[in-house]
Amino acid sequence: MNTLMKSKPLNQNPIQPKQEHKKTVIEVNRLNLWYGEDQALKDIHMNIPENKATAIIGPSGCGKSTFIKTLNRMVELIPTVKITGNIFYREKNILDPKYRVEELRTRVGMVFQKPNPFPKSIYENVAYGPKIHGIKKKKILDEIVEKSLRDAAIWNEVKDRLHENAYGLSGGQQQRLCIARCLAIEPDVILMDEPTSALDPISTLKVEELVKKLKENYSIIIVTHNMQQAARISDQTAFFLNGELVEMDHTSKVFSNPRDKRTEDYITGRFG
Amino acid sequence: MHFINRETIQKQTKKRMAVNHLLKTLFFAATMFSLLVLAVLFYRIFTQGFEHLSFDFLTNFASRKPEEAGIKAALYGTIWLMAITGPISIVLGIGSAIYLEMYAKQSRFTRFIQTNISNLAGVPSIVFGLLGLTVFVRMLEMGRSVLAGGLTMSLLILPIIVVAAQEAIRAVPQELQEASYGMGATKWQTIWRVVLPAALPGMMTGSILALSRAVGETAPLIVIGALSYVAFVPDSIWSGFTVMPIQIYNWTGRPQEAFHDIAAAGIIVLLALLILMNSIAVFIRNKFSKRH
Ligand SMILES: Nc1ncnc2c1ncn2[C@@H]1O[C@H](COP(=O)(O)OP(=O)(O)O)[C@@H](O)[C@H]1O
Ligand SMILES: [Mg+2]
Repeated sequence: MNTLMKSKPLNQNPIQPKQEHKKTVIEVNRLNLWYGEDQALKDIHMNIPENKATAIIGPSGCGKSTFIKTLNRMVELIPTVKITGNIFYREKNILDPKYRVEELRTRVGMVFQKPNPFPKSIYENVAYGPKIHGIKKKKILDEIVEKSLRDAAIWNEVKDRLHENAYGLSGGQQQRLCIARCLAIEPDVILMDEPTSALDPISTLKVEELVKKLKENYSIIIVTHNMQQAARISDQTAFFLNGELVEMDHTSKVFSNPRDKRTEDYITGRFG
Repeated sequence: MHFINRETIQKQTKKRMAVNHLLKTLFFAATMFSLLVLAVLFYRIFTQGFEHLSFDFLTNFASRKPEEAGIKAALYGTIWLMAITGPISIVLGIGSAIYLEMYAKQSRFTRFIQTNISNLAGVPSIVFGLLGLTVFVRMLEMGRSVLAGGLTMSLLILPIIVVAAQEAIRAVPQELQEASYGMGATKWQTIWRVVLPAALPGMMTGSILALSRAVGETAPLIVIGALSYVAFVPDSIWSGFTVMPIQIYNWTGRPQEAFHDIAAAGIIVLLALLILMNSIAVFIRNKFSKRH
C-alpha cells in the first residue's frame, strides 16, 4: 500500500514524526506581489512546517488565494502579476526562473475552491496527472487510481462506476475526487483554497476528516474563511489582513490568546 | 402608511397585461411573416423543380437540350472546392485561434490582429474574389483552377472560422485549465487534453457553418474565372471547374422556360446539401453541449 509513497524522492523520512516536528517544507521570505499597480501581498515571511495542516484565515480580499497560488506559481497565469522575494521549497528557490513550474506543481499540488473535475470519467480524472507525466502502463495507472481514490476516502462510493462521467457525482464527491486527482501525482505539499466553501455541511465534514488524515503524510496549507474549520483541523494558523501576514502561531494559541489586537478582533467576529 | 395601493395596482394590471399581450402578438406576427415568405419560396421552387429531379439529373452534364441537362459537373466542382477549402481553412483557422487565445500575450500587436480578423469577417466576398484573382490566378500562376478557387474560398471563410474557434476556446471553463496546469501539465498538454476536447464541438459547428457559406458563394468564383459551361468533372487541382450556384445562375439566364425549371431543380439539390451540412452542425452542437 505504501510503495508509491516511499518512491517520493524528496520526502525521505515519512515515518519519523519527532524529528519532523521542526522541519520546514516551505520558507517564504520577503514576498511581495503586485497585480499591475495594486500590491496584494506585502513583505510576507512564513515558515510552513512539514506534515502539518497550516490554515490561512482572513477577510475576503486580504490575499489568501493570491498567497497560496504563489506557492505553486499558479498566480503567474495572470499576466499582470509581478513578484519579488524568495520562496524556498525544500531549500530551493522556486521563484528562480530556472525552477520549472511543471516540476514544482507535481510536488506542490492544489485543490480548488469550486470542485473542478474534468468532463471525463472518474478513472480518467485520477489518471490525468500520471498520464501527463508519462505513465502509460494500464496496470500502473489502475493501481494509482485505486490508491488515490482510497486515500481520498471515496473509493467505496465510486469503485463500481469508475468509467462513468465525473459530472454525475455530487458536489462533495466531486471535491474528494479532485483531492484524489491531486494525490495521484504524489505531491509533497497540498494547497487547498477554501475547499469546502461550495459544499454542504456533511460533505464539508468528510473533507475535514480527510484533511486530518492526509496531514500524516502530506504538508497541507488550507485557506478557509470558516474559523471553526481552521480550529478543528489545523496545527498552525496564519492570519492575513490587507495583504499582510499579521500573525502566525499554533492554532490553539491564535484562537485562545492572539498576540495582535487585529487578530483578536477578527476571530471574535468584530469585523470580516 | 402604504406606498403601494392595491386598488390602483389591480386597475393598472389589466392595462399592463393588455400591452404585454399586444406585443406578444406583434412579435409572433413578425416571426410568422418571415416563415411565410420562406414557405412561399420553398413551394415555388419545389413545384417548379421537382419533376426534373431524378438520378439522371445528378449524373448528367450540362446540355443545350433541357431534358438532358444535369448538374454533375457543378456538384463535383462544389465537392472538389469543399475538399480543398475545408482542410486548409479549418487547419489554419483553428491554429490561429489556438495561438491567439492560448499563446499570444496581450499587446498592441495582438489587439491589432484581433480587430483585423473581426473586420475581415465582414468584408464583401467579391473583394476576396479580386484578391484571389490577383494572388492565386495571376501572381502564383494557378490559372482558373479549382485550386485557385479553393484557396480563395479558404481566405473568405478563414476569419469566420478563427472567430468561431476563438469563441469555442473561450467557452472552456478556466477552472478546467487551472486543474490541468495545477498538476504540472504543460501548455500544450493542457490544450490537447483539456481545451481541444471541450472546444472541438464548437469548432466543428463553426467550421461546417462557414463551409456551407462557401458552398453558397458565387461572386468570388466568378471573379477568379470559374467556368459557366462545363461538361467534365475536375480530375486534378489544376482543372477548370464550376460550382452549383454558378450553374444555377447560368440556367436562370437562359431564355427557354424549361431551363428555369432545371434551375429550380438545381436549387433543390443545393438546398439539400446546405440543410444536410447545417443539420450536422446542429447535431454536433446538441450532442456535445449536454456534457457541460
Ligand atoms: N486577477 C486579479 N487581477 C487583479 N487583482 C486581483 C486579481 N485577483 C485578486 N486580485 C486582488 O488581490 C487582492 C487579494 O485577492 P485574493 O487573493 O483573491 O483574496 P482572498 O482569497 O483573501 O479573498 C484583492 O484586493 C483582489 O481584488
Ligand atoms: Mg479567495
